[in-house]
Amino acid sequence: MPGFTYLDHNSYSDSYILQILRNVQNIAMVGASATWNRPSNFAMKYLLQKGFQVIPVNPSAVGKKICGETVFPDLTSLPGSVDMVDIYRPAQEAPQLVEESIEIGAKVFWMQLGIRSNEAAQIAEKAGLQVVMDRCPKIEFSRLFGELGWNGINTGVISNRRQRI
Amino acid sequence: MKQLHPQFGFNTLAVHAGTAPDPATGARSFPIYQTTSYVFDDADHAASLFNLQAPGFIYSRLTNPTVAALEEKLATLEGGRGGTVTSSGQAAETLALFPLMAPGMEVIVANKLYGGTINLMGKSYQKFGWNAIFVDSENPEAFRQAVTKKTRAIFIESLANPGGVVVDIESIAKVANEAGVPLVVDNTMATPFLCQPMEWGADLVVHSTTKFLSGQGNAVGGVVIDSGKFTWLENSKFPSLSTPSPEYNGLTFAETFGDLAFTMYSHAISLRDLGCSQSPMNAWITLNGIETLPLRVERHCSNGLTVAKFLEKHPSVEWVSHAGLESSPYYKLGKKYMPDGTGSVFTFGVKGGYESGLKMLESVELFSHVANIGDTRSLILHPASTTHRQLTEEQRIAAGSGPEVIRLSIGIECAEDIIADLDQALRSLG
Repeated sequence: MPGFTYLDHNSYSDSYILQILRNVQNIAMVGASATWNRPSNFAMKYLLQKGFQVIPVNPSAVGKKICGETVFPDLTSLPGSVDMVDIYRPAQEAPQLVEESIEIGAKVFWMQLGIRSNEAAQIAEKAGLQVVMDRCPKIEFSRLFGELGWNGINTGVISNRRQRI
Repeated sequence: MKQLHPQFGFNTLAVHAGTAPDPATGARSFPIYQTTSYVFDDADHAASLFNLQAPGFIYSRLTNPTVAALEEKLATLEGGRGGTVTSSGQAAETLALFPLMAPGMEVIVANKLYGGTINLMGKSYQKFGWNAIFVDSENPEAFRQAVTKKTRAIFIESLANPGGVVVDIESIAKVANEAGVPLVVDNTMATPFLCQPMEWGADLVVHSTTKFLSGQGNAVGGVVIDSGKFTWLENSKFPSLSTPSPEYNGLTFAETFGDLAFTMYSHAISLRDLGCSQSPMNAWITLNGIETLPLRVERHCSNGLTVAKFLEKHPSVEWVSHAGLESSPYYKLGKKYMPDGTGSVFTFGVKGGYESGLKMLESVELFSHVANIGDTRSLILHPASTTHRQLTEEQRIAAGSGPEVIRLSIGIECAEDIIADLDQALRSLG
């Protein structure tokens, strides 16, 4: 694709992440754990509390409910489309998961903290999806909407406005 | 200086970081949340907070909005990922080491330190089974030679108390890195305005915020700031962070919180159990102090150097130890690590030894004789008879606090008035 430039995935502007978190309503969480004290379960519970619809995808947890939500075996068996796919799977699975995300019409492909795949990012971006890698949506939401600073974390947010959570 | 924020510079961050308008009321000056506890929305919300599944306030021993604002401001100014504010600088040192140490383990410590730190680490830590190994601050190779399998941290002061000594942070950071342990730097005397140790490889920075940060000698406090860069999961030395915590249902801090792990642990476990949290009132005083830190420290530095140059030529003065003087052996290190100034706390030797030192203290009329530094007021102290009194003679001399030593903390008054007071006091020695 001549003239196509990929996003720099080493640093995202706050406005890029904010715009994704503001526009997304439905999230398919691939690798969501049924074990309540795993990081993915923490993130899912938090995002549900913040008003997102989160659909857990995990072939080994089919038949169970995670945070009260029905589990699906894979992305292509979801009943409807989702705005964002958030993966808690190893980086080598990311390219395949991107293909499936494109197929189901997702607009954002998000890879968790510690997961980086430039190959997946390029496939997604060429198909018009927005990509975030090596970040946690729970941490980013709480950082940008003012909650993370409650634990003494440097949010990087400088604002002259009253924050509304 | 390292770029701390993609858009804003240090002075802007000193005013604004951590203190956006209050979300509850829109109050522009950050409110003092003088409360011990916070209502839960419902039982599930309470459970989420206790399980660390959601950020939020439970009890002010762990977190408080005013204290958290100070933590974020300090973490921002040091270029760190997160901060944990404590009741004092001493508490901050213990809080920095608490997730790292265990009985039988060792911390390698510079020998030129605040006397209270030498006592804490050399004596009190023995009661925990923590062994402090003191080495020559000026010799990075001595740190390397002290590394053993039991080493869990290296601790130094960037600009060492009682004064004039700049430590080679970058070389010692290299030793810590090779040993696979964090470098902890006490940056109290320099402040992040003059030196940012993380730029040179420090993993944790501690402060007594009592000094230049709050700035007016009215609020005792401390802070630990984590760079977020140390990889706790890479070796088995730090099980507090890298193995499941039974009290949090088997959660592993480094796995669940990534680069926030140290700061989360410090609140959820260290402050919870040690209880050395800061009062909201002191946090608010310190927040206000930091807004003017750059202005004050500039004046402190210019006054400090002017006074040091005056003393260097005074007939009643044996020597002056200030890293801003070209005669100082630390002049070069000072230019590297603190190019905008080497602070306003320094020492000098008065002719006539111990007796002259005591007489000098009684003769000053503007300087206050107190055991503090980093106040707007000029302060004077004789370390051998006060802050360093409880050390052995040998330790005192190693720490730069021999019998003839006077420590000054130069304030932001008129430099000529400060000089006139010292001059009349020195003349009174005869």
